[in-house]
Amino acid sequence: MENAKSMSMIVTKGTLDWAYPPFILATTAASMGLNVTLFFTFYGLTLLKKKLDLKVTTLGNAAMEMPMMGMHIAMPNLVGAMPGMDAMATGMMKNLIKKKGVASIEELREMAQEAEVRMIACQMTMDLFEYKPEEMLDGLEYAGAATYIENATKSDINLFI
Amino acid sequence: MSVTVLDVKGLNCPLPILRAKKAIKDVASGATLQVMATDPGSVKDFEAFCRQTGNDLVSWNENAGVYTFNIKKNG
Repeated sequence: MENAKSMSMIVTKGTLDWAYPPFILATTAASMGLNVTLFFTFYGLTLLKKKLDLKVTTLGNAAMEMPMMGMHIAMPNLVGAMPGMDAMATGMMKNLIKKKGVASIEELREMAQEAEVRMIACQMTMDLFEYKPEEMLDGLEYAGAATYIENATKSDINLFI
Repeated sequence: MSVTVLDVKGLNCPLPILRAKKAIKDVASGATLQVMATDPGSVKDFEAFCRQTGNDLVSWNENAGVYTFNIKKNG
Protein backbone atom coordinates (compact mmCIF):
# COMPACT_ATOMS: atom_id res chain seq x y z
CA MET A 1 0.00 0.00 0.00
CA GLU A 2 1.30 3.47 -0.91
CA ASN A 3 1.86 5.82 2.06
CA ALA A 4 1.01 3.05 4.49
CA LYS A 5 2.70 2.96 7.87
CA SER A 6 5.34 0.30 8.27
CA MET A 7 6.96 -1.85 10.91
CA SER A 8 10.13 -3.87 11.03
CA MET A 9 11.27 -6.41 13.56
CA ILE A 10 14.47 -8.30 14.29
CA VAL A 11 13.52 -11.80 15.43
CA THR A 12 16.28 -13.48 17.43
CA LYS A 13 14.54 -16.15 19.50
CA GLY A 14 13.16 -19.48 18.39
CA THR A 15 11.44 -21.05 21.39
CA LEU A 16 7.70 -21.73 21.48
CA ASP A 17 7.01 -18.87 23.91
CA TRP A 18 9.17 -16.29 22.16
CA ALA A 19 7.79 -17.20 18.75
CA TYR A 20 4.52 -15.49 19.71
CA PRO A 21 5.40 -11.78 19.97
CA PRO A 22 6.79 -11.40 16.43
CA PHE A 23 4.03 -13.35 14.71
CA ILE A 24 1.21 -11.78 16.75
CA LEU A 25 2.50 -8.27 16.12
CA ALA A 26 3.28 -8.93 12.45
CA THR A 27 -0.16 -10.36 11.63
CA THR A 28 -1.99 -7.70 13.64
CA ALA A 29 -0.02 -4.84 12.11
CA ALA A 30 -0.63 -6.24 8.62
CA SER A 31 -4.35 -6.47 9.39
CA MET A 32 -4.25 -2.79 10.39
CA GLY A 33 -2.78 -1.87 7.03
CA LEU A 34 0.93 -1.66 7.88
CA ASN A 35 3.69 -2.98 5.66
CA VAL A 36 5.62 -5.43 7.81
CA THR A 37 9.15 -6.79 7.49
CA LEU A 38 10.59 -9.49 9.74
CA PHE A 39 14.33 -10.08 9.82
CA PHE A 40 15.12 -13.50 11.31
CA THR A 41 18.58 -14.00 12.74
CA PHE A 42 20.33 -16.47 15.04
CA TYR A 43 17.80 -18.68 16.88
CA GLY A 44 14.95 -16.83 15.21
CA LEU A 45 15.80 -18.70 12.02
CA THR A 46 14.27 -21.89 13.41
CA LEU A 47 10.87 -20.17 13.09
CA LEU A 48 11.30 -20.27 9.31
CA LYS A 49 11.81 -24.02 8.99
CA LYS A 50 9.15 -25.76 6.92
CA LYS A 51 8.52 -28.18 9.76
CA LEU A 52 8.26 -26.44 13.10
CA ASP A 53 9.14 -28.31 16.27
CA LEU A 54 9.19 -25.51 18.83
CA LYS A 55 9.93 -26.14 22.47
CA VAL A 56 9.91 -24.22 25.69
CA THR A 57 12.31 -24.65 28.59
CA THR A 58 11.92 -23.71 32.23
CA LEU A 59 15.71 -23.45 32.62
CA GLY A 60 16.91 -19.97 33.43
CA ASN A 61 13.32 -18.78 33.15
CA ALA A 62 12.66 -17.73 36.73
CA ALA A 63 9.46 -15.88 35.86
CA MET A 64 7.83 -18.88 34.20
CA GLU A 65 4.92 -20.10 36.28
CA MET A 66 2.38 -22.55 34.93
CA PRO A 67 -1.19 -22.62 36.21
CA MET A 68 -1.74 -26.00 37.85
CA MET A 69 -4.43 -27.17 40.25
CA GLY A 70 -5.54 -23.62 40.94
CA MET A 71 -2.02 -22.42 41.71
CA HIS A 72 0.98 -21.21 39.81
CA ILE A 73 3.92 -23.57 39.89
CA ALA A 74 7.47 -22.55 39.04
CA MET A 75 10.11 -25.16 38.32
CA PRO A 76 13.45 -25.06 40.17
CA ASN A 77 16.36 -25.22 37.69
CA LEU A 78 17.63 -28.44 39.23
CA VAL A 79 14.32 -30.16 38.47
CA GLY A 80 13.95 -28.49 35.08
CA ALA A 81 17.34 -29.85 34.04
CA MET A 82 16.18 -33.45 34.39
CA PRO A 83 15.58 -35.48 31.22
CA GLY A 84 12.09 -35.11 29.83
CA MET A 85 11.31 -31.87 31.64
CA ASP A 86 11.49 -29.70 28.51
CA ALA A 87 9.15 -32.08 26.70
CA MET A 88 6.77 -31.94 29.65
CA ALA A 89 6.83 -28.14 29.85
CA THR A 90 6.32 -27.94 26.07
CA GLY A 91 3.37 -30.33 26.25
CA MET A 92 1.79 -28.33 29.05
CA MET A 93 2.24 -25.07 27.18
CA LYS A 94 0.71 -26.52 24.00
CA ASN A 95 -2.27 -27.81 25.98
CA LEU A 96 -2.83 -24.37 27.52
CA ILE A 97 -2.53 -22.73 24.09
CA LYS A 98 -5.23 -25.01 22.70
CA LYS A 99 -7.46 -24.71 25.75
CA LYS A 100 -7.35 -20.90 25.81
CA GLY A 101 -8.12 -20.43 22.11
CA VAL A 102 -4.65 -19.06 21.37
CA ALA A 103 -3.50 -19.53 17.78
CA SER A 104 -0.70 -21.98 17.03
CA ILE A 105 2.54 -20.58 15.63
CA GLU A 106 1.92 -22.56 12.43
CA GLU A 107 -1.43 -20.79 12.07
CA LEU A 108 -0.02 -17.31 12.75
CA ARG A 109 2.90 -17.88 10.42
CA GLU A 110 0.55 -18.93 7.63
CA MET A 111 -1.53 -15.80 8.22
CA ALA A 112 1.62 -13.69 8.08
CA GLN A 113 2.47 -15.24 4.71
CA GLU A 114 -1.08 -14.66 3.44
CA ALA A 115 -0.83 -11.03 4.55
CA GLU A 116 2.37 -10.69 2.53
CA VAL A 117 4.58 -9.99 5.52
CA ARG A 118 8.10 -9.70 4.12
CA MET A 119 10.33 -12.33 5.73
CA ILE A 120 14.09 -12.05 5.47
CA ALA A 121 16.41 -14.81 6.65
CA CYS A 122 19.86 -13.73 7.80
CA GLN A 123 22.28 -15.23 5.28
CA MET A 124 25.17 -15.15 7.74
CA THR A 125 23.26 -17.22 10.31
CA MET A 126 22.18 -19.63 7.56
CA ASP A 127 25.88 -20.23 6.87
CA LEU A 128 26.89 -20.23 10.54
CA PHE A 129 24.37 -22.90 11.59
CA GLU A 130 24.49 -24.73 8.25
CA TYR A 131 20.81 -24.37 7.41
CA LYS A 132 19.79 -25.15 3.84
CA PRO A 133 17.19 -23.12 1.95
CA GLU A 134 15.38 -26.42 1.20
CA GLU A 135 14.58 -26.77 4.92
CA MET A 136 13.11 -23.29 5.06
CA LEU A 137 9.81 -21.83 3.90
CA ASP A 138 9.44 -20.96 0.25
CA GLY A 139 9.35 -17.30 -0.68
CA LEU A 140 11.91 -16.07 1.84
CA GLU A 141 14.51 -13.46 1.05
CA TYR A 142 18.10 -14.09 2.07
CA ALA A 143 20.02 -10.97 3.00
CA GLY A 144 22.11 -9.25 5.65
CA ALA A 145 22.39 -6.31 7.99
CA ALA A 146 22.46 -3.63 5.29
CA THR A 147 19.11 -4.81 3.94
CA TYR A 148 17.63 -4.63 7.42
CA ILE A 149 19.06 -1.17 8.11
CA GLU A 150 17.78 0.23 4.82
CA ASN A 151 14.33 -1.12 5.64
CA ALA A 152 14.47 0.13 9.23
CA THR A 153 15.27 3.69 8.19
CA LYS A 154 11.96 3.75 6.31
CA SER A 155 9.87 2.08 9.03
CA ASP A 156 7.64 3.85 11.54
CA ILE A 157 8.13 1.09 14.12
CA ASN A 158 11.31 -0.93 14.66
CA LEU A 159 11.38 -3.71 17.25
CA PHE A 160 13.98 -6.18 18.48
CA ILE A 161 12.63 -9.41 19.89
CA MET B 1 -28.02 -2.21 5.11
CA SER B 2 -26.93 -5.80 5.43
CA VAL B 3 -25.18 -7.18 8.47
CA THR B 4 -22.49 -9.86 8.26
CA VAL B 5 -22.03 -11.78 11.50
CA LEU B 6 -18.64 -13.12 12.56
CA ASP B 7 -18.44 -15.47 15.54
CA VAL B 8 -14.99 -15.51 17.18
CA LYS B 9 -16.15 -16.67 20.60
CA GLY B 10 -13.48 -18.66 22.44
CA LEU B 11 -10.63 -17.25 20.35
CA ASN B 12 -7.85 -15.26 21.92
CA CYS B 13 -5.66 -12.34 20.81
CA PRO B 14 -4.91 -11.67 17.98
CA LEU B 15 -7.36 -14.06 16.27
CA PRO B 16 -10.55 -11.96 16.72
CA ILE B 17 -8.88 -9.01 14.95
CA LEU B 18 -7.32 -11.18 12.23
CA ARG B 19 -10.63 -12.93 11.50
CA ALA B 20 -12.44 -9.58 11.48
CA LYS B 21 -9.93 -8.16 9.03
CA LYS B 22 -10.50 -11.14 6.73
CA ALA B 23 -14.28 -10.91 7.04
CA ILE B 24 -14.54 -7.17 6.45
CA LYS B 25 -12.91 -7.59 3.03
CA ASP B 26 -16.14 -9.16 1.75
CA VAL B 27 -18.40 -6.55 3.38
CA ALA B 28 -19.76 -3.82 1.11
CA SER B 29 -18.87 -0.22 1.84
CA GLY B 30 -21.39 1.19 4.32
CA ALA B 31 -22.53 -2.26 5.44
CA THR B 32 -21.99 -3.62 8.94
CA LEU B 33 -19.78 -6.38 10.25
CA GLN B 34 -21.01 -7.67 13.58
CA VAL B 35 -18.33 -9.47 15.59
CA MET B 36 -19.09 -11.63 18.62
CA ALA B 37 -16.11 -12.31 20.88
CA THR B 38 -15.38 -13.53 24.39
CA ASP B 39 -11.86 -12.05 24.70
CA PRO B 40 -12.11 -9.15 27.20
CA GLY B 41 -9.06 -7.54 25.56
CA SER B 42 -10.98 -7.26 22.30
CA VAL B 43 -12.80 -4.11 23.49
CA LYS B 44 -9.69 -1.94 23.44
CA ASP B 45 -8.36 -3.81 20.43
CA PHE B 46 -11.42 -3.31 18.23
CA GLU B 47 -11.42 0.40 19.14
CA ALA B 48 -7.78 0.67 18.05
CA PHE B 49 -8.31 -1.50 14.97
CA CYS B 50 -11.20 0.66 13.78
CA ARG B 51 -9.32 3.92 14.41
CA GLN B 52 -6.30 2.66 12.50
CA THR B 53 -8.20 1.17 9.56
CA GLY B 54 -10.70 4.02 9.22
CA ASN B 55 -13.79 1.91 9.90
CA ASP B 56 -16.50 3.00 12.35
CA LEU B 57 -17.04 1.14 15.58
CA VAL B 58 -20.68 2.19 15.70
CA SER B 59 -21.48 0.41 18.96
CA TRP B 60 -20.45 -2.41 21.21
CA ASN B 61 -21.97 -4.13 24.23
CA GLU B 62 -21.27 -6.95 26.63
CA ASN B 63 -23.81 -9.56 27.62
CA ALA B 64 -22.96 -12.58 29.79
CA GLY B 65 -19.32 -12.50 28.75
CA VAL B 66 -20.00 -12.07 25.05
CA TYR B 67 -18.82 -8.84 23.47
CA THR B 68 -20.69 -7.73 20.36
CA PHE B 69 -19.12 -5.14 18.09
CA ASN B 70 -20.90 -3.39 15.23
CA ILE B 71 -18.38 -2.15 12.72
CA LYS B 72 -19.44 -0.06 9.74
CA LYS B 73 -17.11 -0.48 6.81
CA ASN B 74 -15.86 2.73 5.27
CA GLY B 75 -14.29 3.06 1.85
